[in-house]
Amino acid sequence: MNHRARTTLFIFGGLGFLCFYIWGLHGLPGFGHYPGPYGDILNSLSVYQRHATDVITAVNFDYRGFDTLGEEFILFTSVMGANLLLRKQKDDREELPPRDEAADRVVPPTSDAVRVTGLALVLPIVVFGLYTISHGQLTPGGGFQGGVILASMPLIIYLCGDYEAFEKVTSHVLSEIAEAIGAGGYAITGLIAFAFGLPYLTNFIPLGETGDVLSSGTIFVISVLTGIEVAAGLVVLMISFFRQALVYRKSGEESGGQQ
Amino acid sequence: MTDLGGELMRMLPFLVAAWLFVVGLYGIVTSRHLVHLIMCLVVVQTSTYLLLLGVGYKVGGAAPIFADIPVGTPAVDPVTHALMLTDIVVEATVMALLLALAIQAEERAGSVDPDQLRIMRG
Repeated sequence: MNHRARTTLFIFGGLGFLCFYIWGLHGLPGFGHYPGPYGDILNSLSVYQRHATDVITAVNFDYRGFDTLGEEFILFTSVMGANLLLRKQKDDREELPPRDEAADRVVPPTSDAVRVTGLALVLPIVVFGLYTISHGQLTPGGGFQGGVILASMPLIIYLCGDYEAFEKVTSHVLSEIAEAIGAGGYAITGLIAFAFGLPYLTNFIPLGETGDVLSSGTIFVISVLTGIEVAAGLVVLMISFFRQALVYRKSGEESGGQQ
Repeated sequence: MTDLGGELMRMLPFLVAAWLFVVGLYGIVTSRHLVHLIMCLVVVQTSTYLLLLGVGYKVGGAAPIFADIPVGTPAVDPVTHALMLTDIVVEATVMALLLALAIQAEERAGSVDPDQLRIMRG
């Protein structure tokens, strides 16, 4: 199908979609008139039932914990897939020192202002990431958000240093192990409930006092495990992409003036 | 006229979601570059965030976090927020997978134009 025919087809399809969509909107309660009752029930019960003040985290890791388990394995699978696609191929060879892909592009050196600001940010980012993960059941946060914050730490080091510095603070093997522990730990936490004769992913740990960091039972445990998995998964992705872009070269490709 | 305006405001987030969906789809259909195509897919996905948040919003509702407000305060639907938040992180890694596919397509087929990738090779 050529370009024009495809665009024409799309315009008809798109217009048809818009007509049906707007027609369908008439059946929806208007913006701001949430009909409930599911969200309202959760809002009023979560603090009493789960001792979790952040209802979103309680929904994620408890009420809809099985759904989040599935989402987490999408994350796990796509990280593994990207890792597999970007692995060292048969006709690749490693070349050090790492260099930028485009040989004719001059990369300006990192300025001192970026370096100092970046290095000053490293520690606060780690602390903030750990805080966000561990307080997920109390205030906005949780494993997903905190994991992303933690994973930005090696990226900042790359930004204000270079690839060698990035390689020093990260480990491919350890990240993969941590990712597996995070993903497997979530599934196993659910399985432990069986030992108490409870359904899968039931909150079997004592709930503790509302407002404490160590409260809400399995919500806290799963939040920490998710944080580990997300942080490690993103680091695995970074390592894969950096290696692909900076280190691996095709055998036929020109390198440093020789064929 | 006021009725039409009121009706429009009532539906505005859903209409913007539809706009994002269609505009992203248009980008996918007409794309000439795999990375551009992936970014368009992200735009399409963004429309689901807006739709979910629009469905769960309640006028005057607080964030569903009862750390410093008493239980019983009217709050927005936490379920749509939870769905959206996992989706954002998962979507970022799926995007990484797609970008890895684009890199491989460039290396194996020598092109990032979707139109040039028709011939499948074993």
